[in-house]
Amino acid sequence: MGTPLNLASIACMRLSDRFWGLPPDASLHGPAFDRHLLLNLWIALGLLALAHLLLLAGLARRRRKGAFHSQALLEFLPLAALAVLFGGLAVRAEALWRDARYTGPDPAAMQVEVVGMQFAWYVRYPGPDATFGRTRPELVAPGEGNPLGLDPTDRHSSDDVISGQLVLPAGREVDLRLRALDVIHGFSVPALRLKQNAVPGQTIHVHFTPTTPGDYAILCTQLCGAGHYRMAATLRVLPPADFAMWLSRHQSTGGEQ
Amino acid sequence: MNPRLTTENSKLRTEPAPRFTHHRTLGLAYLALSTIALLAGTALSLLMRLHLAWPAWSLPLHGLILPEEYLGLVTLHGTLMLFFVLTIAPQWGFGNLLVPAQIGASSMAFPRWNRAALILFATALSTLLASPFVPGGSAISGWTAYPPLSAITIAGPGQAGGMDLWLAAIAFFALASLVAAVNMLATIITMRCPGMAWHRLPLTVWGWFTAALLSIPAFSVLLAALLMLFSDRHLHTSFFLPATEVVNGLVLHSPGDGSPLLWLHLFWFFGHPEVYIAVLPGIGLTSMVLANFARRRVFAYRIMIAVTLLIGLLGILVWGHHMFVAGLSPFAGSTFAISTMAIALPASAEVLSWLATVWGSKPRLTTPMLFALGFVSLFVAGGLTGPILAQPILDQYLHNTMFVVAHFHLIMAMAGVFGLYLATYYWFPLLAGRMLNDGLGRVHFYATLLGAYATFLPMHLAGLAGEPRHYAQLTGVAGPAGTLLKNLLPLQRHITYAAIFLAAAQLPFVWNLVRTLSGPRTASANPWAATTMEWAPAPVTPPEAAASSHFAVPCVYVGPCEYSPDGNSFHPQWEPLTKVLPKE
Repeated sequence: MGTPLNLASIACMRLSDRFWGLPPDASLHGPAFDRHLLLNLWIALGLLALAHLLLLAGLARRRRKGAFHSQALLEFLPLAALAVLFGGLAVRAEALWRDARYTGPDPAAMQVEVVGMQFAWYVRYPGPDATFGRTRPELVAPGEGNPLGLDPTDRHSSDDVISGQLVLPAGREVDLRLRALDVIHGFSVPALRLKQNAVPGQTIHVHFTPTTPGDYAILCTQLCGAGHYRMAATLRVLPPADFAMWLSRHQSTGGEQ
Repeated sequence: MNPRLTTENSKLRTEPAPRFTHHRTLGLAYLALSTIALLAGTALSLLMRLHLAWPAWSLPLHGLILPEEYLGLVTLHGTLMLFFVLTIAPQWGFGNLLVPAQIGASSMAFPRWNRAALILFATALSTLLASPFVPGGSAISGWTAYPPLSAITIAGPGQAGGMDLWLAAIAFFALASLVAAVNMLATIITMRCPGMAWHRLPLTVWGWFTAALLSIPAFSVLLAALLMLFSDRHLHTSFFLPATEVVNGLVLHSPGDGSPLLWLHLFWFFGHPEVYIAVLPGIGLTSMVLANFARRRVFAYRIMIAVTLLIGLLGILVWGHHMFVAGLSPFAGSTFAISTMAIALPASAEVLSWLATVWGSKPRLTTPMLFALGFVSLFVAGGLTGPILAQPILDQYLHNTMFVVAHFHLIMAMAGVFGLYLATYYWFPLLAGRMLNDGLGRVHFYATLLGAYATFLPMHLAGLAGEPRHYAQLTGVAGPAGTLLKNLLPLQRHITYAAIFLAAAQLPFVWNLVRTLSGPRTASANPWAATTMEWAPAPVTPPEAAASSHFAVPCVYVGPCEYSPDGNSFHPQWEPLTKVLPKE
């Protein structure tokens, strides 16, 4: 009973996806997000068509009619309907926003740090001690293999893994902490339906669960200087076993430089 | 004859009026400033479009457009269009030309201050236009100038001298806006002619009034923010800078521990009302022109007044929707989402009133009427994506993508420009004594509407596909990000072709202007059979006013939209109530 309906709704989603040209989605919250976005888009398109239809129909009437008088009917009734419609959308959106942002990640989530600087993203994993080593601005030297200014005198530093690529295991929640060294950058992964600015002086956390292995675009979405357009990186989602292999390989070399 | 009256009159005649203070002269001068900005801003946008579609294209006499030059184009284009075109032209250009006439006043309240504002605006424009020519070129941080990029001179080319000139230009602009807004408010509040009660003001005046009301808090806060940014740049404060930064390999320490988010708050507290300042006059004029050609009262007139004020009020409560992913508390996101969604209601009320006013009215489709209908169309098309972007969770995907660029170009830029064309075609007979050619006007309208949609509708799709804004080029990036960007090149090329068509569609208008202005003054006194005061014949002194006043004072007797039900006769605001129109 439910199956044909489900199949139909999935088929509709696919068609709808293709019509609006959304990129493939690779995150746990993605399908619910896409449903809500596509619903919004279709409603907007429908209202656009309706308003133009009413405008053109009103213009096309051959005989002049008397002016309308009933404000209740023509202003307040449609406004009430629109209030319900937009209110409903706002409530749905609020539920998704709450799930994404109101609470922190699962304590067992994987810790990753992403740092933006003109014009590159660096990724840091805390290593087996599960603690990020101390960093000092004076030590920042991308050319010398220490882009984040990791302080070698801190005992948590030695096992930190620094990478130019964000590699994550599929199916595990990620607690991503976001920083910027110089100006504001925008950390955006279209395939994760995720975006968050990295602000100098602030550490901001976002959490999500990647689901589908593959390579995806990371883009900067906050104007950050002349190289803004090329401040891109790659998110590589791997099956958990492959990820474990990747991480152990890099732990032994201390990072992929 | 009363001897006192004659001496006063002759004294008035001999005392020379201060030079260059007449509101019509100043209004035209404001429009001239905007025209310079519009031409420059359009040229810059075409360069951006060409570069985006063909990044290897070399600009004659210049060479390749470098990424920082592209961002300079973006910054100048946004600043010119938003400040110098969409704010000056509708609010101070047409405002000066029409407000005194529409409220039955002989001048603005403070003519000399009005001239001072014009000089400040002109200084601001020349300062801005000089900025690309200093070493390093123009600022590259966009019209929103987010620090630390805008606060640290070594953060990019153009962030030294170019950025200082940008700051100076916008500071002049903010000062000028405050002066002009006080003048506008004082004029509307104190100089309405006898009989011009608040509810009899045309909706255009309500638009100007609300925009001037918004200008006072908005530009005051902007001015403060600009001074703080200047101080961060040159006086070693750190309102917007954290304690430590590493820029270009240099470690910078600030005395305090400020936050760039403070700038975002201050800037958008100004920035959001600013976009309403840009469209409110157009909204008011659209209502009045639709009613004029539909030969009916604006549907729900008093609600429209309330709605205009409500849009203004909500406009200063929603700035946080520009900051959903900026690093605020998620609860702030929810709060600003609610206040922003609320704007959908007064905006929808405007659209419903327009639809009801036009419905079955068999209007004359003159060029001004077409542009008013075009304004409605663009306002709806751009407005409907507003509630989408107002949802923080959707903004987490759409923020700073081309989807946003599409949204504000339709609702603010295109609707704003349609408002300006509407004002030009509608008031041209009043200001120039000539009618613009209707045939050329139609060609101009249909081509511009088509060009606007062909340019800005596809940008939604680019944004949905994930393309960020402010990207100097879509090529030269490796990996999946490069693939994502490169796949959008065909769409961007289409948009470039459409933008060139849109620019070319303005040629019939230019030709129309030249042709009409070189022809004879043939327009009749009230060619649109309009009801509002600017079309009144030279004011006649009514007997009861003549006894108490030295001047011929116009009087208002009715509201601004009095038509007979069949639309064939109307009652202008200046005509005494001798005949009574049959009630509808």
